[in-house]
Amino acid sequence: MSESEPVRAYTVRLELQDEPGELLRALEPIADNGGNLLSIFHERGNITPRGHIPVEVDLEATPERFEEIVAALRENGVNVVRAGAEEYAEELVVLLVGHLVDTDLSDTLSRIEDCGGASIDDVALSAPDGTDELSSARIRMDTHAGAASAALATVREVAEEKGLDVVEPLAGGGDA
Amino acid sequence: MKLAILGAGAVGRSVAELAGEYGHTVTALADSSGAAIDPDGLDVDAVLERKDETGTVGDDTVDAALDTSYDALVEATPTTLDDAQPGFSHVEAALERDRHVVLANKGPVAERYDEVRALEAESRGRVLFEATVAGAIPTLSTVRSLGPERVTAVRGVLNGTANFVLSRMAAEGLDYEHVLAEAQDLGVAEADPSFDVEGTDAALKCVILANVLYDGGYTLDDAEVAGIRDIPGSALELAAEDGRTVRLIAEVADGDVRVGPRLVPEHGTLAVGGTTNIVQLETEHAGRLNISGAGAGGPETASAVLADVGLLEPLE
Repeated sequence: MSESEPVRAYTVRLELQDEPGELLRALEPIADNGGNLLSIFHERGNITPRGHIPVEVDLEATPERFEEIVAALRENGVNVVRAGAEEYAEELVVLLVGHLVDTDLSDTLSRIEDCGGASIDDVALSAPDGTDELSSARIRMDTHAGAASAALATVREVAEEKGLDVVEPLAGGGDA
Repeated sequence: MKLAILGAGAVGRSVAELAGEYGHTVTALADSSGAAIDPDGLDVDAVLERKDETGTVGDDTVDAALDTSYDALVEATPTTLDDAQPGFSHVEAALERDRHVVLANKGPVAERYDEVRALEAESRGRVLFEATVAGAIPTLSTVRSLGPERVTAVRGVLNGTANFVLSRMAAEGLDYEHVLAEAQDLGVAEADPSFDVEGTDAALKCVILANVLYDGGYTLDDAEVAGIRDIPGSALELAAEDGRTVRLIAEVADGDVRVGPRLVPEHGTLAVGGTTNIVQLETEHAGRLNISGAGAGGPETASAVLADVGLLEPLE
């Protein structure tokens, strides 16, 4: 069945550690799972805030194969930031309130991403009284279709551990 | 219908004042310090005037009010948690005498619902409590007409004080403490606002809804509750930059009761302003229904009490 599905072009955005062999480790799962590599854009000079190197890979695959590729990348420990608009279907926005800076905001964000189902799109931080006082952050993330509740559970868990308050979006489409 | 009214605060008082207009007679009116009783019907204006002048409605006791002649007991004393006393004893006393009970007090149906239903089953009297959920908004009667088993979720803004504070904070860019002080000056918030801003009041209403939807078994301990006290103005600004706002949303769905601050679209249905309440029902066959209006206030809540009274059959 899957082979009768049309082949489509996808862009996968990855974050790699700056170590030898990392790029190969990222490309193998694509080739091994039937993806056809089109181009690789390795942004060596553009390190992310977490010290990673962003890499953009264009490839062709059927939708089903593409899902397998993304899963295989994640299994290989490759951080997939964005994998095509269709893959990341649900947008999720949460507010976090508390001592966000003291409790290591970048750790909070990477733990949310590490849950596997979410990629953080945008973070806005407001600390009007200085970073020693209560601050707020708005975090917008893209989540896999159906993975929003798992991502939210991770947010709650991290917040609970760090003593932060979470303002969640409404569940169940009740935001009309 | 003859009514005995326990509680002479904003709601009890308004029920007494409006009862005549609805064709009912008030035979007793009690507050915490005493009671006025007349089996042939009280002069409500005179009783309330006396309360304003002397601080008490009369020299009789609450027990005597419970024993006098009435068809329905209107329980409008303050809501208490845990054993829900003395409200629960008042309900018990009226049902044991085969009288109807109409509650404005949330305690008995939030904290001791199963016991209230068991007492009702042994009595010829019925227990109705429309006024306990969202004041004037006909929430329970709408649920009843749809059928509780066909209502799949209820969510809403069920506390006017918390909503006033959040909507003012968002509109004016002010902090919690500032808006709360303003709300207290306006009489929207109590001197001790914790019941409202910590989410307890909204949670009690949700617990009552859960008891109706799932046929009992819920108390406040079953609710997951978070309040709005720790939300800084900066969080509301961040929400607003994104076309959203924060409301204290109460939800009953899939057997769970949750109350907490939630992000909602700024111009969405649930983003009601000021002290307005909104109830949103998800139904199996009728889609989503929204009802909004006054969730508190003396005459508003009294209208829900008197709507319940109108449903009762006279007792001999």
